[in-house]
Amino acid sequence: MSKEEHSAYSYLRQTKKFPNVWCSGCGIGIVMGALIRAVDRLELEKDEVAVVSGIGCAGRMPVYLDFNTMHTTHGRALAFATGLKLAQPKLKVIVVMGDGDALAIGGNHFLHAARRNIDLTAIVVNNFIYGMTGGQYSPTTPLNSRAATAPYGNIEQPLPTCDLAVAAGASYVARSTVYHSIELDRYIEQAIRKNGFSLVEAVSYCHTTFGRINKLGSAVDMMRRLKDDSVTRSVAEKLTPEERASKIVRGVLCDVDKPEYTALYQQVIERAKQATYSQPRTGGGNQ
Amino acid sequence: MTVKLMQGNEAIAWGALAAGCMFYAGYPITPSTEIAEMLSRELPKIGGKFIQMEDEIASLAACIGASVGGLKAMTATSGPGFSLMQEHIGYAAMTEVPCVVVDVQRLGPSTGQATSPAQGDVMQARWGTHGDHPIIALSPTSVRQSFDLTVTAFNFSERYRTPVILLLDEVVAHMREKADLPEPGSVERVERVATSVPPEWYKPYGDSRSDVPPMANFGTGYRYHITGMFHDLAGYPTQRLDEIDPWVERVHRKIERNIHDIVMVEEDGIGSARTVVVAYGGTARSAKHAVKLARQRRCKAGLVTLLTIWPFPEDVIARIARTAKRIIVPEMNLGQLALEVERIAGRHKVVRVNRANGHMVTPQMILDAIEGK
Repeated sequence: MSKEEHSAYSYLRQTKKFPNVWCSGCGIGIVMGALIRAVDRLELEKDEVAVVSGIGCAGRMPVYLDFNTMHTTHGRALAFATGLKLAQPKLKVIVVMGDGDALAIGGNHFLHAARRNIDLTAIVVNNFIYGMTGGQYSPTTPLNSRAATAPYGNIEQPLPTCDLAVAAGASYVARSTVYHSIELDRYIEQAIRKNGFSLVEAVSYCHTTFGRINKLGSAVDMMRRLKDDSVTRSVAEKLTPEERASKIVRGVLCDVDKPEYTALYQQVIERAKQATYSQPRTGGGNQ
Repeated sequence: MTVKLMQGNEAIAWGALAAGCMFYAGYPITPSTEIAEMLSRELPKIGGKFIQMEDEIASLAACIGASVGGLKAMTATSGPGFSLMQEHIGYAAMTEVPCVVVDVQRLGPSTGQATSPAQGDVMQARWGTHGDHPIIALSPTSVRQSFDLTVTAFNFSERYRTPVILLLDEVVAHMREKADLPEPGSVERVERVATSVPPEWYKPYGDSRSDVPPMANFGTGYRYHITGMFHDLAGYPTQRLDEIDPWVERVHRKIERNIHDIVMVEEDGIGSARTVVVAYGGTARSAKHAVKLARQRRCKAGLVTLLTIWPFPEDVIARIARTAKRIIVPEMNLGQLALEVERIAGRHKVVRVNRANGHMVTPQMILDAIEGK
């Protein structure tokens, strides 16, 4: 393969009219680049990759990618992906969501996809805000930050995305930022390789809404903050809880091997084929 | 298959299997749950997939995902779950992904009465999701018809690349009667039209002389984009009027031009009838008995049973309105499909017989209406 064929460009849709929808300086493009590099490093065929997304800025990513791509409804990407994966277990199904998408409207699907441990790779681009609709507070907006719908400061506790996935039963959970793109490549690669539900939280920023409302400066300033405010897991362990609270902790937070859903379902099929007819108990509750 | 005593819900599960259903995703809800229970048992036996999702929204999403992956897919629910599914009925209509949604109607609104029948979801089936879109909804009146219309629902869904709604009521779903089901292999199955062009030429929403473009399944070497946004022929989002207008026209045309294939009615004694009862679902059973009683009393009554509810059989009603003096529309709601009959036949000709309290419309209620009481 020539260097040109090997570049990110070969994974972008030549027929799709660029430029993309994202604001200049946005971090989502870096996540897209990381996804491409991970797929490239795994030497996956384009035909065996599906990218499913929800609604929002991050949800627009699949349209640019030359895979089997599906832009679904707000919050429901994991549910669509679950059906697709069951129908085509050989597909590598990658699900791209934003923080509002995955954790507010899609919070239930997020929990249950992790609980089933179905082999999907979830990428949550966390920019702490609803960007596309103009900067309303999201489930990850930090306490006291301002948002278009929190003009006096946010009073809701932010949801710990990765902890949630670990608690719900994911096989692989990692967090990095769009500043640490090489690390992000590696985590996405590991997540795709993992046979089971995997989550990569890609911490990003939104200079257009969150940054402007909270006076955090330009995209460059916000990118610098990701560098300054984040620590690796080993460093974080040496910090006091108070010190750690203000940091973005990067690293692999969970990596375990356990039975994967589509493989377990294959066992159900084997059992069913051997089973003799039996009438199930029906009736009972009426709600 | 031998003659068996079974429920409408069971017949639906057998019908789905006969039609080639290989995927079911659903969420438990009375009075549809037997369908899920049966398919959880039967699907894996043939290598099919069953999954119980976290809610009805996710259930239809999973069905659409599986259908894109090439499996014929179905979900079943009742009113409260059907309300939740509206989001993805719209998505399936917009993306033209085949899927079948069974709604066993129970008394509503809200939790209503879980074990009582109703026909309150007729308009929800038509207009429940936002935006203009065509829809097909079928409504069986018996256990055997539940089997047949389930097969038809799958066939329409694949042939026209559209979500199809199977609208039962709790009467037909839970009623047990003798059913002589055909051998599964003898049932006509329609498969979605596959593309004949190589991947580099494939356009998911174009390149077809028919109004139904060929559909490539994910994972078969045809990489393309699916979105719930208005899209061009290649599937990419668009805001161009010259791409949006043709899409809107085509998806409506693909149903309208095939209305004679889609509209199914049963007519009994229409020609000489001065009074015609137009009924559907479980209520059609009461209507059948009422018409029989009326004839015994030398009253010229006819019966039209609508198996297709949407698209509404306008031509059939228009034809009946030309000869009949009165059209009686009994429903287990406060008058939903009656609105359509009135639109075609004129309000002065239509007599509504309604009941929305969880009990069936009785033959006597319909007979009283036929006799003008």
